[in-house]
Amino acid sequence: MDTITTLTRLYEFSPYISVLEISYILASVLFVVGLKKLSHPDTARNGNLWAAAGMGLAILFTFLFHKVSLGNGNYEGIHNIPFILVALLIGSFVGWFAAKKVKMTAMPQMVSLFNGMGGACAALISMMEFPKMQAAQSALSAHNMFNGEALAILLGLMIGGVSFAGSMIAFGKLDERIGDIKNPVLRFINLCFLVLLLGFVVFIMFREPVAGDTWMIYVLACLALVYGVTFVMPIGGADMPVVISLLNSFTGVAAAMAGFLYHNQAMLTGGILVGSSGTILTILMCRAMNRSLLNVIIGAFGGSSAAGVQSGDQAVKEITLSDTAILLSYSQKVFIVPGYGLAVAQAQHLCHELDVLLASKGVMVKYGIHPVAGRMPGHMNVLLAEADVPYEKLLEMEDANNEMVNTDVVIVVGANDVVNPAAEDDPSSPIAGMPVIQVWNAKNVIVMKRSMAKGYAAIENKLFYHPKTRMLFGDAKVTMQKLINEIKSI
Amino acid sequence: MTEILRFILLYREAIFIIILSVFLGIEVISHVPSVLHTPLMSGANAIHGVVIIGAIIVMGHAKELLPMILGFIAVVLGTLNVVGGFVVTDRMLEMFRKKKHQK
Repeated sequence: MDTITTLTRLYEFSPYISVLEISYILASVLFVVGLKKLSHPDTARNGNLWAAAGMGLAILFTFLFHKVSLGNGNYEGIHNIPFILVALLIGSFVGWFAAKKVKMTAMPQMVSLFNGMGGACAALISMMEFPKMQAAQSALSAHNMFNGEALAILLGLMIGGVSFAGSMIAFGKLDERIGDIKNPVLRFINLCFLVLLLGFVVFIMFREPVAGDTWMIYVLACLALVYGVTFVMPIGGADMPVVISLLNSFTGVAAAMAGFLYHNQAMLTGGILVGSSGTILTILMCRAMNRSLLNVIIGAFGGSSAAGVQSGDQAVKEITLSDTAILLSYSQKVFIVPGYGLAVAQAQHLCHELDVLLASKGVMVKYGIHPVAGRMPGHMNVLLAEADVPYEKLLEMEDANNEMVNTDVVIVVGANDVVNPAAEDDPSSPIAGMPVIQVWNAKNVIVMKRSMAKGYAAIENKLFYHPKTRMLFGDAKVTMQKLINEIKSI
Repeated sequence: MTEILRFILLYREAIFIIILSVFLGIEVISHVPSVLHTPLMSGANAIHGVVIIGAIIVMGHAKELLPMILGFIAVVLGTLNVVGGFVVTDRMLEMFRKKKHQK
């Protein structure tokens, strides 16, 4: 039966459908070229435009030329055009506005939010297609729904739902609206849910299809949403970038499922492309932290296994603003190592001001950027670029480490785990083996920090007790401003 | 077993596309510098918004009230994903480019 429908599809010919298919081929090519260009700094912005052009093309042509065969040689085009246009306008307006207004620091949340929207869209499509498919199968008096369409619908709903709920939780965590719930029981519950979810998909596929009997699709949707929540909940806030990247590739797969369902090559290639490149990107991010993906998901950063560094008998040494100002002004070479604290305090512009001020006094200032500093890889680069810090002043971790030995002062601004020596010399530390910036090799280290609170890995940082280290407590922005004034008055 | 073999035969074109796309996706981004991880993730995020096409198709052929409402929501959410995704990515990348010009 299926083969016959496939064959008849080939014999039907409509110039509109040909034009539509050509536009989809073009769109797929544009996606691939766009993605390729996005992975080189010089062409990245163009690449984004190419991909956007592909998207616009595919949407426009679907609108104009999408037809469904009625089987008697007639075709039916898209209905409800006014409603679709209104929906497109609302979505464009809100999306544009949100994306333009969002602060640079809140970028990760925004990506997560948009990702969730895509997942929800895929899940909704499945929810609407399921009753139709079921009715069609029951009309054929099939004994079960063991076919590709049913599988695509159910997986689309499952993955889309998980991606939506997970992204919302990731958004909440990054926005600091939701705390971490770290409980080993949750891991067990997670596993149970996953088994239940997959079992339910199989159960639906082997059920005899009865038209109108759609309760299970809603149960599946609910299960997927709950699993999405419990999946992200135990993962620490610091790992959210990895989680977002993973959920991003999930949504890609959900989109591909919908593409499979509609025999739509643009959706299929676009979705799978994102699914696979998203997975690789996730793995690259994990590698930058020297951890495995499984380790991130299970959440070994929970701090439960953290070997306590005996900090009770050690005291930190503070430094005054004027001492800092003098130390900096009479240095040859200064490194600034930023972390998430810089983003929170919005101190990137002041950071640049300090850098210019010191440069005018003949001090060489450079930035040491850890690949996972902040909440997303590249977060610091984007932030400092916003503040007009020249690209060539930003050194990647390895180059920064090579120059550390002949550096006079390192200023650590709101970074913690990425400069923790425990990663190198304490094998029992949860971050053992993670590459870090070896700031302790410099002659002096000044740590700008709000308090002695732990970083996101929730472990002690021996750097703060290091003989070369001086602490400068306070909000990064306020302290930085005071420091600039102090240096000016010297 | 025959069910599975039949399944593969029936959907061979899609399976072909899926497998080749997986390799393409891996190949295309495997040498990305860490600076571009975030914009790339955001760009890929916008590309999977292609699911909007599915939403338009469903909405375009919906005849009852419930599918209409769900379809409407799906189109709005899909558009948010596409437009928001590309605009956010562009904003991130704009900052890199500005530097190149000043140099």
